[in-house]
Amino acid sequence: MQPYPDDFSMVFEGAAGQGVQTITALLLPILKKNGYHFFSCTEYMSRIRGGSNTTEVRITGKKRQAYTARIDLLLALTAHAFDRLRHRLHDQTLIFAEKEHFGEHCDQRCIDTPLGKLADEAGGKMYANTVALGIVLAVIGIPLDKCTGFLREQFADKGEEIVENNLKAVSLGYNFGQQVPEAKNLKVPEPALENGSELLLMDGTSALGIGAVAAGCNFICSYPMSPGTGVLTFLAKRSADFGIVVDQAEDEIAAINAGLGASYAGARALVTTSGGGFDLMQEGFSLAGMIETPIVIHIGQRPGPATGLPTRMEQGDLALALHAGHGEFARAIYAPGTLDEAVETMQHAFNTAQQYQIPVVVLSDQYLLDAETTIAIDEIKRLPKERGIVETEENYRRYAFTENGLTPRGVPGFGAGIVRADSDEHDEQGLITESFEMRQRMMDKRLMRLAALQENALPPKVIGDLDNAEVVAVSWGSNRGVLEEALDRLGDSRFAGVHYAQVFPLRPDTAALLGNGRRNVAVIENNALGQFADLLQRESGIVASHRILKATGEPFSVEEIIEKLREVVNG
Amino acid sequence: MDKQRKFDMPAETDIAWCPGCGNHMIRKSVLGALEALDVARENLVMVSGIGQAAKAPQYLNVNMFNGLHGRALPPAMGIRLSNRNLTVVVESGDGDMYGEGGNHFLHAIRRNYDVTIIVHNNMIYGLTKGQASPTSQRCMTTPVQTGGVLLEPFNPLAVAISLNAPFVARAFAGNVEQTQSIIMEAIRFKGCSIVDVFQPCVIFNKLNTYKWFKENTVDLPEDHDPTDRMAALNMAFKEDKLPLGVFYRNTGRELYEELAGVGDTPLFRREAPGDAAFSAMLDAFR
Repeated sequence: MQPYPDDFSMVFEGAAGQGVQTITALLLPILKKNGYHFFSCTEYMSRIRGGSNTTEVRITGKKRQAYTARIDLLLALTAHAFDRLRHRLHDQTLIFAEKEHFGEHCDQRCIDTPLGKLADEAGGKMYANTVALGIVLAVIGIPLDKCTGFLREQFADKGEEIVENNLKAVSLGYNFGQQVPEAKNLKVPEPALENGSELLLMDGTSALGIGAVAAGCNFICSYPMSPGTGVLTFLAKRSADFGIVVDQAEDEIAAINAGLGASYAGARALVTTSGGGFDLMQEGFSLAGMIETPIVIHIGQRPGPATGLPTRMEQGDLALALHAGHGEFARAIYAPGTLDEAVETMQHAFNTAQQYQIPVVVLSDQYLLDAETTIAIDEIKRLPKERGIVETEENYRRYAFTENGLTPRGVPGFGAGIVRADSDEHDEQGLITESFEMRQRMMDKRLMRLAALQENALPPKVIGDLDNAEVVAVSWGSNRGVLEEALDRLGDSRFAGVHYAQVFPLRPDTAALLGNGRRNVAVIENNALGQFADLLQRESGIVASHRILKATGEPFSVEEIIEKLREVVNG
Repeated sequence: MDKQRKFDMPAETDIAWCPGCGNHMIRKSVLGALEALDVARENLVMVSGIGQAAKAPQYLNVNMFNGLHGRALPPAMGIRLSNRNLTVVVESGDGDMYGEGGNHFLHAIRRNYDVTIIVHNNMIYGLTKGQASPTSQRCMTTPVQTGGVLLEPFNPLAVAISLNAPFVARAFAGNVEQTQSIIMEAIRFKGCSIVDVFQPCVIFNKLNTYKWFKENTVDLPEDHDPTDRMAALNMAFKEDKLPLGVFYRNTGRELYEELAGVGDTPLFRREAPGDAAFSAMLDAFR
């Protein structure tokens, strides 16, 4: 039996171009339909063919949203798998691989699996992944007749012959899998629900896209850059349904400036990119601050500096988002960690941008964007929208002074007034000025909203009993799932967690929530320096007693966080 | 003094251009064109980058997006795609449009959304005190190009014509009447219209003066056919005397806003998706 009976972790490995993602694409909907809790995450190399990519699929007894290092079942299509994954295998790991390819790495855990031969029997090499699916279904113990209808649908538009060949392939794999004696020792968690009909299956990219649609986003202009591109393609695919204007910019500078022009004219504009692309946008980001024009920028973080590891994960761009753009102006930064948080924070981002007339950043990363799991339909909430646009009158002044620094925002072509946006320091009408007095008043106007932004920041998610904990473990962004699971598995009342889905500004009560310095605070983040720990100290005075950091390009595993948190109490 | 017209700024407006600068004359042409076309003021947006020329929209009583240096065109596109009722006119300098913003210039032409691009081309950087611009002539000495400009000048008309920009013209600021008439035609034209306007900088460009432009420009030949792209290109390559007028006109190009399926309803009037459409999107994830 595998080490955790309520947790079965499978990894499918193959070269780019071998179609190993087909297994996941078919398996996950089947798991959902059959009521299983599962979580899937993926890692891949920056190449179109070859190499070695893996997808992890965990079936769990309760809802989990984290990566585990441990592999209970490995299905390997290339010989690279062994070297890349050996440290994640244990004594009982079942390894399905063709001896011919796996060669010297074949030990007693390895089951010689004639994928090629079975695929040929089914109609050709292209069916190898469906054979593999059959094996996996047999090991999990999902009756084949519960899957055939779905598989038929999946291949229907490819013609009857291909449907039949796939059904044959899955059945050959299934028979093979049923005859593996070692598989009988495994204990795969039972389905938690009768069926998954009220569940949706999606990745983080889709959740952000859904959040943008819910927020009424109707303009996106972006230059493709992994891993931020998915949000652009999500909205492009739905542009006709929802009247979203989509433009692929010539560069990131164009993207943000076009977004600002659109927003000035009344669009609800979004820009998506990664850290390197956002570097190019910084002057535009500063412009948004100056012209008090809403814009939402999604940054799918990846490891830098420079090109870094283009397809890997990191949380290295918090400091960038925090300090981006020259001059001083207000901003807000969100960092969702789960699907429901992604849907919700994207809406908060649009609302905050509209309400406070500022640039707002949503930080994600490759791990979160590509991870797939289920979300209940009623967890997808649509928030009331801030419209933030008024019809102008004859003597409208775009930057008229008000008590809270926010001027009702007019747009050109709506009302009799003139709407000016000026990147120069300007007067109330939006006309260039060199008056020092006006400069001071405009700076005050633009910065006055900081206090309200702080007051209205999202409260963080508290995990466990904070009042009695010795150690507060802090996460932000995609580390929510790993922190929740680590705390749950530790089952130790000395620990509690606080997760931030909005990382800037922080609420005024932040220090009090974290114990005013009376508790150990361990900040978990995927970067080398502890950027959020620094931010926390600057904003709240709370000094992290421990920084749990990782910047290899991989996410934290549950095992790592458990170990690091134990070290905090054990010294 | 003329009576106050709808695009005029109050008389006390402080115009930051030097006395005698060609910008004043271009302003006169632009104002004249807007008045003559009787453009609805609430539906006109002037967009610019940064520089002396880019201050032009500050001196008109009109909607304005005065953005970043080199970045006039991207917001112009964003504005146009968000509200097709708006007439978008970009006014900026040669450094802004052909130097810092060169990439946007190329891609605005490729897209061909409806915009009028008026470039004040004085062949020098004025606001930064006299360095070479992309259109400076070779060998002109400047505080940076101390041994003379080494680079081949950028030929905006040839570049635009080769990219099939549908309306390409050149004017000389000193000829207000002709400039106004070309600008009117450009604004009326549906598509990406480019008007490069020669403009003397009386402080920093001692080479390309009023006198020089008068002596070195000539109207396009009367028999020039602006629908003939190769003829237009030939004219754009002329260097002995620089032709003025409408070089190229192509009414056959489709508008980007049509191709991209931007509807007629301005984005600010559009409601967020209704519950039924939203649920239908979610159903695809079941």
